[in-house]
Amino acid sequence: MKGFYSRKLHSLLGVMPLGFFILEHVITNFAAVEGGSQGFKDSVALLNSLPLVLALEIFGIWLPLLYHGVYGIFIAFQAKPNNTRFPNERNLRYLLQRVTGVAVFAFVIWHVYETRVQVALGNITHEELGGVMHDIVMNPIFFILYLIGVLSAAFHFTNGLWSFMISWGITVGPRAQRVSSVICMGLCVIVSVMLIWSLFAFRGVEFQADGTAWLTGIKSLIG
Amino acid sequence: MAMAEPKAAAKKVKFIITRQDEPEAASYTEEFELDYRPGMNVISALMEIQRNPVNLNGQDTAPVCWESNCLEEVCGACSMVINGKPRQACAALVDNLEQPVRLEPMKTFPIVRDLVIDRSRMFTSLKRVKAWIPIDGTYDLGPGPRMPEKKRQWAYELSKCMTCGVCLEACPNVNEKTNFMGPAPISQVRLFNAHPTGEMNAEERIEALMEDGGIEGCGNSQNCVRACPKGIPLTTSIAEMNKATTKHMFKNWLGL
Repeated sequence: MKGFYSRKLHSLLGVMPLGFFILEHVITNFAAVEGGSQGFKDSVALLNSLPLVLALEIFGIWLPLLYHGVYGIFIAFQAKPNNTRFPNERNLRYLLQRVTGVAVFAFVIWHVYETRVQVALGNITHEELGGVMHDIVMNPIFFILYLIGVLSAAFHFTNGLWSFMISWGITVGPRAQRVSSVICMGLCVIVSVMLIWSLFAFRGVEFQADGTAWLTGIKSLIG
Repeated sequence: MAMAEPKAAAKKVKFIITRQDEPEAASYTEEFELDYRPGMNVISALMEIQRNPVNLNGQDTAPVCWESNCLEEVCGACSMVINGKPRQACAALVDNLEQPVRLEPMKTFPIVRDLVIDRSRMFTSLKRVKAWIPIDGTYDLGPGPRMPEKKRQWAYELSKCMTCGVCLEACPNVNEKTNFMGPAPISQVRLFNAHPTGEMNAEERIEALMEDGGIEGCGNSQNCVRACPKGIPLTTSIAEMNKATTKHMFKNWLGL
């Protein structure tokens, strides 16, 4: 595939479906804030009740994520940042887009291994995911890594949305790009706050009871 | 005319110049100290070094090589990195520069010698995107269509591009790891596609931008528009060409 098309596909997949998936995930997580342990379980159950859920996962998440991630790392390592010589905001965002992209890819692999892969292996059930998250975020180092991971994801998604609109010729003039920049960075703040709030919610004691099964599962996996 | 005051004559200007003897040789820096003269610019300083090639340590050295033509910031030949910023040496007044003045070649391009670089890749790109208007034929084609004044006004801004290479030097995506052509030729496609006669070959230029090393290389750092010495709205040109290439892609797929 010619570079033009592969790059366009990379840009498109980042917003659709991956952008939609991030928003969905943020809202599902937020159920932990609003409805606590039971609210989160209900949200997860609602998602898993979708028809063709495995097909949705494969074609709506995994394959797009694999392409966007692998091609994105190729793009990131083609860059030669010059932020000391050109210390302006857009150039900083150019650098952050690449740094957060690599960070998010690593974070997502880790996060998917701990959650979705464990479900697939039968070590945990969907109902126990809240407890798994509780165990993870109660570990101070993992909690900080998760904070970095979700903030990186929020920025990478919203800043990517801004550059998507340029790359597809939607925002052309400087005013359009300025306005879309304010909107996207506003979205970044909203998504970040929601994600961090959810992470704190998972630290609540009500999630504790759900976590033991996973811990024993992991212990049996190691031992 | 009265001679310069002894006080003024005592004022010195120091230059730290990154030098390179041949294309493949290692670079090194050499320092020079010159008498300050009112109104001097980087080119006049380099001319002074050429007349008296003695470095700060008092040793004779080879005169520093550079390129320049117009001396009024319209030809683009004297682009170099001055105190960390790529710009034209002829328009860089020493009075406005922090001391010591650091001169480096624009390393994005192959270095020929000292501050002389080879900007061939830009001219190759202009050829690739067919940045001209074909009017030659076997007979007189007559006058072309007229250009609306409003369009002429913004197109004129794009026509100020002097292929100086500053936007390529400022771009983090133009480097040895990519074959991205850089902002300048993309903006030229917009210019020639805006021309009523040039428009007749618009698709050829759009397709050239969709080839490898074309418009997909842009990473939206937007340094180019800030660095351009002629104030060309490069990011608007790139976004406009993003729109044109996107439209062209869909038109091709749908067979329109």
